[in-house]
Amino acid sequence: MGTLIVLFWIAVALGVAIAAAWGFRALAAALTRGELHRALRDAPLTASFGMMVILIYLVIALLAPVIAPFPERMVVGSQFMPWSSVNWLGTDALGRDMFSRMVYGTRNTVGIAFATTLLAFLIGSVLGLLAATVGGLLDQGLSRLVDVLMAIPSLIFALLLLTIFGTSILTLILVIAVIDSTRVFRLARAVGEGVVVMDYIEAARLRGEGLVYLITREILPNVTAPLVAEFGLRFCFVFLSISALSFLGLGIQPPTADWGSMVRENATLITFGDVTPLLPAGAIALLTVAVNFVVDWQLYRASGLKE
Amino acid sequence: MSTQDVLLSIRDLKIEGKSGDDWLPIVNGVDLTLHRGEVLGLIGESGAGKSTIGLAAMGFARDGCRISGGTIDFDGIDLRRASREQLRRLHGKRIAYVAQSAAASFNPAHRLMEQYCEAPVRHGVMSRSEAERDAVDLYRKIRLPDPEGIGFRYPHQVSGGQLQRAMTAMAMSCRPDLIIFDEPTTALDVTTQIEVLAAIRDIVEQFGTAAIYITHDLAVVAQMADRIKILLRGDEIEEADTREMLAAPKHDYTRSLWAVRAFQRPEQPAPKGAPVVSLRNVSASYGKVPVLDNISFDIHPRRTVAVVGESGSGKSTAARVITGLLPPTRGEVLFEGDALPPDYRKRTREQLRNAQMIYQMADTALNPKLPIRRIIGRPAQMYLGLNGRALTERIRELLHLIELEPDEYIDRLPSELSGGQKQRIGIARALAAEPRFIICDEVTSALDQIVAEGILRLLDRLQGAFDLAYMFITHDLATVRAIADDVVVMQKGRVVEQGPKPEMFAPPHEPYTELLLSSVPEMDPDWLSRLLEERRHKDLPQGAEK
Repeated sequence: MGTLIVLFWIAVALGVAIAAAWGFRALAAALTRGELHRALRDAPLTASFGMMVILIYLVIALLAPVIAPFPERMVVGSQFMPWSSVNWLGTDALGRDMFSRMVYGTRNTVGIAFATTLLAFLIGSVLGLLAATVGGLLDQGLSRLVDVLMAIPSLIFALLLLTIFGTSILTLILVIAVIDSTRVFRLARAVGEGVVVMDYIEAARLRGEGLVYLITREILPNVTAPLVAEFGLRFCFVFLSISALSFLGLGIQPPTADWGSMVRENATLITFGDVTPLLPAGAIALLTVAVNFVVDWQLYRASGLKE
Repeated sequence: MSTQDVLLSIRDLKIEGKSGDDWLPIVNGVDLTLHRGEVLGLIGESGAGKSTIGLAAMGFARDGCRISGGTIDFDGIDLRRASREQLRRLHGKRIAYVAQSAAASFNPAHRLMEQYCEAPVRHGVMSRSEAERDAVDLYRKIRLPDPEGIGFRYPHQVSGGQLQRAMTAMAMSCRPDLIIFDEPTTALDVTTQIEVLAAIRDIVEQFGTAAIYITHDLAVVAQMADRIKILLRGDEIEEADTREMLAAPKHDYTRSLWAVRAFQRPEQPAPKGAPVVSLRNVSASYGKVPVLDNISFDIHPRRTVAVVGESGSGKSTAARVITGLLPPTRGEVLFEGDALPPDYRKRTREQLRNAQMIYQMADTALNPKLPIRRIIGRPAQMYLGLNGRALTERIRELLHLIELEPDEYIDRLPSELSGGQKQRIGIARALAAEPRFIICDEVTSALDQIVAEGILRLLDRLQGAFDLAYMFITHDLATVRAIADDVVVMQKGRVVEQGPKPEMFAPPHEPYTELLLSSVPEMDPDWLSRLLEERRHKDLPQGAEK
């Protein structure tokens, strides 16, 4: 009987997800025009589900103070209170409102992950394209340096750097960005090298164009598709490594709300059969899946729709 | 011939291709009848639907295309109704296909022999050892060097012409009833082309195989086909026996195809004054491999120097030395009497502006993500400091010059243009710099003849209008005949012979020039047989493949 009920609820969730994705696609297609309209209309349901979830997270992150019933750091009751009409998801180990902290966590975790990914892409793609365009010693130097950095397991390397430089949000962003930029560097350099050998780059060089023009105007437009796809994937990895670091105690520091550390702080509840600590983990998983749906769609578009 | 001899019969074939959300017709109701042992030539410019019909004869439509009407009957089998399984049993065994680029069609990870044996073994025609013996036998028949050993090489270890012949042998492996040749020699230079043509013809005759030979080169099809069918935008224009068609083409379009090779620009006055560009004793090498050996020639204003030679002769390398992409190991390049710095990065903006380049593949020469406005506008903006309205005006003027309507094309992306139009944009980009000298690297070899002729006429007109000097790199002697004033013949990195065109096309020739000249296909259907006969007598080296 128990499994049947679980199966029933899974089916309901799936049905709701599909219906919501379908509705979202119809709405998005109706609100847009031209190229974007066609892209959205032909998007698979998985992609529109992903876009919908990302949009919801974005709204929650932006409107966190409005949505959350309590402030992020306020102790509102005793420890580990059960779900109630006041504290929707109960309270945590210090008696703070769980739901409010989930909402603020969106802002912190997603915001930091986004900033980190952006920085990683800035460093990685600029250096990668530079290496591909200039070649020679610069390319060798940068590539070997990246090889060395990539040889160290990234989580251990991050732990090491964070213990050296201390754990502030800024160092957290910088450390993860530098480590992740090595992966972006490899991709940007590989894609860039495919573009650099084209005749139009030769023509631009012979015209006497400078390095900045070559990279930003001639090469970059031809490498954006794979880079955008990688951005989505990388975002997930960054997200997961921040959560992992927070879980280990070296990421986002208390009392700032963050999904990774919320799992750790309330982990004891799991032994009592309470699912509350798993909700932040679920939020991470949902966003990761959503981003990957969108990335898959973008990858498909970048590879399949060459006109 | 009786109706029982009919091998392939296509009636009212309609094929559509998907464009956005609509299906557009590619082939509108073509009939085709092929008897056993007969070779039919399909001719037309690009977009005529000839390859599409070729594939349809196998019961196959490319991705994004569909066969929407008509019947395809192959020896009593309705290919449109045939199941995948039925088609799979036919393909390779009874119908074979030889693609334009053998290099792209062979799997680079397997040896030739393995790929040869795949079809006969899988179709259960022969055992592996029988197939291997048969392969050596066929390799010998099409006169591949070292027939016992060549099967154990990988595709990249074999030259382009040999690979194309190996592909023909492979198509023959199951002794099919029908082979479809899709432009098998278009990517090859003239001396290599002859080898492949002779091999294909021999083998088709020996086994009595029927063939559909698709090409845009009339002179080639005249050697190969018993009958010729001419297509234009998916419609049949006319069909007749080869000799009849060559002697008396009925349709205007056919006659225009015939006339393409007639373009020849008037002779220019002898050069006056100093040359624009001179190469002085230039030698160059890629790493340790020498590619140019003591090259010297001059290019005068308002004149076109054609640099001729087969692939690997060093003609494109000469262009790289002039543009400064490859600094020479010895010698120098003079521009109007002054030595140019060997490396392009050391050249002044003025020196860069004066020597422009037009590339062979317009697809890779134009940035696919930039609109025409930016592609053409950039040199004008950079060199001449034009901006805003003046720049737009200049771009429109350039588009007018290359005969494209500015309003329609200025904001398009290269992917929204045809091959010939892209090449015109390449020309406009070179012109935008207002240069004295332009290098044209095989600019017409990727285009079909009618489009190519348009480009040649355009280049000729522009030369007159702007006092340009051209260096025209090509392996096609018909192009040389049409546009050149002076000819430089290169072989293996050396200049074999050079001089004004009239001298070069009149005997006596250097042996290599002779070989090149005699290898240009002529419209005469007996040309190939006669030439092969002559060469056998004279015992000239057959081609000059590496």
